[in-house]
Amino acid sequence: MEAAIEVTDLQKTYRGRKTGEVRAVDGVSFRVETGEFFGILGPNGAGKTTTMEIVEGLRRPDSGQVRLLGRSPWPHSPELSRRMGAQLQSSSFFEFLTAREQIETFAELYGVGRRRAAEMLDKVGLSHKASTRCLKLSGGQQQRLSIACAIVGDPELVFLDEPTAALDPQARRNLWDLMRSINAEGRTVVLTTHYMEEAEALCDRVAIMDAGKILAVGSPAELISELDAPTRITVAVGQLSDERVEELAGGETVSVGEETVVFETHEPRRLLAALAAEGAMEGLAVRTANLEDVFLHVTGREWRA
Amino acid sequence: MSVATPVRPEETSTSASGLRSRAFLSLVKALALTWVRDRSQVFFNLLLPGMFLVLLVSVYGSGEAPTPRVLEVGDVPVLERADPDDFEFDEAADLDVALAALADGDADAAIAQDGGAVTVYYSQTNATLGELALGRLSALVDDANVAVLSEASPQTPVLLLESDAADDRSLEPVQYLAPGILAWGIAISGVFGAAGTIVDWKRDKLLRRLRLTPASAGTFVAARITVSLLVALLQTALFLAVAVAMGLRLSAWTWFAVPLVLLGTAAFLAIGVVLGGIAKTGPGAAGLSNMVTMPMAFVSGAFFAIGSAPSWVQGLSVFSPMRHLNEALQDVVVHGESPVAVLPEAGFMALFAALVALLAWKTFKFDEL
Repeated sequence: MEAAIEVTDLQKTYRGRKTGEVRAVDGVSFRVETGEFFGILGPNGAGKTTTMEIVEGLRRPDSGQVRLLGRSPWPHSPELSRRMGAQLQSSSFFEFLTAREQIETFAELYGVGRRRAAEMLDKVGLSHKASTRCLKLSGGQQQRLSIACAIVGDPELVFLDEPTAALDPQARRNLWDLMRSINAEGRTVVLTTHYMEEAEALCDRVAIMDAGKILAVGSPAELISELDAPTRITVAVGQLSDERVEELAGGETVSVGEETVVFETHEPRRLLAALAAEGAMEGLAVRTANLEDVFLHVTGREWRA
Repeated sequence: MSVATPVRPEETSTSASGLRSRAFLSLVKALALTWVRDRSQVFFNLLLPGMFLVLLVSVYGSGEAPTPRVLEVGDVPVLERADPDDFEFDEAADLDVALAALADGDADAAIAQDGGAVTVYYSQTNATLGELALGRLSALVDDANVAVLSEASPQTPVLLLESDAADDRSLEPVQYLAPGILAWGIAISGVFGAAGTIVDWKRDKLLRRLRLTPASAGTFVAARITVSLLVALLQTALFLAVAVAMGLRLSAWTWFAVPLVLLGTAAFLAIGVVLGGIAKTGPGAAGLSNMVTMPMAFVSGAFFAIGSAPSWVQGLSVFSPMRHLNEALQDVVVHGESPVAVLPEAGFMALFAALVALLAWKTFKFDEL
């Protein structure tokens, strides 16, 4: 089957008077299958948005190739635009328009009617805010309206650029459900985010990006298991003698602090069973590896979103 | 692929040109709504020029010359001949008091007489009224001299001067002020409007978002220009209505103001786009717009007759589209000259718009939008 997106060796360098040369995108290649939920994960300034804008056709790369639904995104083609939808980082509204007027204007631009506009407003849960001016909506509501505008034209391919960036945790969770349902309708979704747990929760596959390069691509589970990272098991001190701690660690790393004992093990099952048998479960916490560890592994530095 | 909520076929416009005009109209509608709901735009573009007209007409058009205030120092016999309507007299104890009053602007002239010597001190603080007082007092002294001479030699004929302002009869202040203020109003809404819009686009990335829709960026820009042109026409209609209410008599060629205003708007929009490209923020755009439109208004005779300006100002104003719009409107709306007479002005505005638009195109950083 033809890929929804195929990106080959993108290069983009910005030359600023003060900043000098910045390689915003440096040899990026990836492929997104039809119907997939694909995430580009990286800290701020990693080059996610520039990559996204090149793929969407908003920017021309210095070199490299992009195929969207089998064709090049530039020059601008109405046929291709009709098959894709996009939500940008800034909310990009007509000032002074209400939510309904906003989405109806976009519906007209995609050649669909008011009924479709009303349906989309309903889908993102904003029917009761139809007469509210866009800029008076809350951050989460603005993002949902923005997403409604992105899907009003019934696109096969949807680009979402950091839709949850400035939202509180509750609003972020609500948006996750919306994004899942868009993908469940059969649309290919490309999401950029700097939230690890968001990428882990939503994406079929994730590309981890830093300093203009893609460092790893795969499903979150794959990336984590490839890491072969130990599970960290913590219990309160004072339940085990020092000798017993050493025995249970079985040659793997263990550290005893003021309040906690931390085991780092590749055999969490054995260790947990042993702790349970000892009755040493007070203050138990188990932390398995996550994308943060993957990032640490591929970049050699801590995650700083 | 299959998508769960297919678009109903009857809602889909099929022809490409039909879709384009639909997109264009919906964008015009959205932008017009934006404009109307932005109260500051409505005030700035529609009310402000009208207020300026009312204000300036009442300043210039009161018809009565102001009366200079003259201080009489000691006994001044020559004043016995003065027409009490020409001056507002007051007495001063001595010359020092009188000069202090002049310096403070409390009087416009002081006069003292010592036998045959009449001395007039006139104010530089209120230069206009000071000159006026000096002129009238000189006339008074001349008058007194003529009377003395006539008495001494009744056979010698003397010249009598009578004056009458010719222009005032044919051109009320509103007649020469209205085209200038209208040209200024068109200029500020064009320059501020375009510069502000560009800065807003840079901030909101609206144009970037619209480039991702099937409608092209060109359609959107065309819609924005259309809204500006419609605003200019609305502004002209309302402004002329106010002017007529204040006594402006419209000529039969007034309709030709429409193409003139549209050409002028094109030129000012182009200037605004250049400024909007330079400015980073809304206040920055407004500042730059002021820097361009304020001096332009002064060298273009928007608020006073350009003929009274120094020659270097008149020379500069040849390059100002506001001056050409002002004069062309003056000619067709007030003097009733035919459109042929204003073709040079119209041509200048078209050329100016084209050149500045080219400059805007070449210097604009499209990446910022």
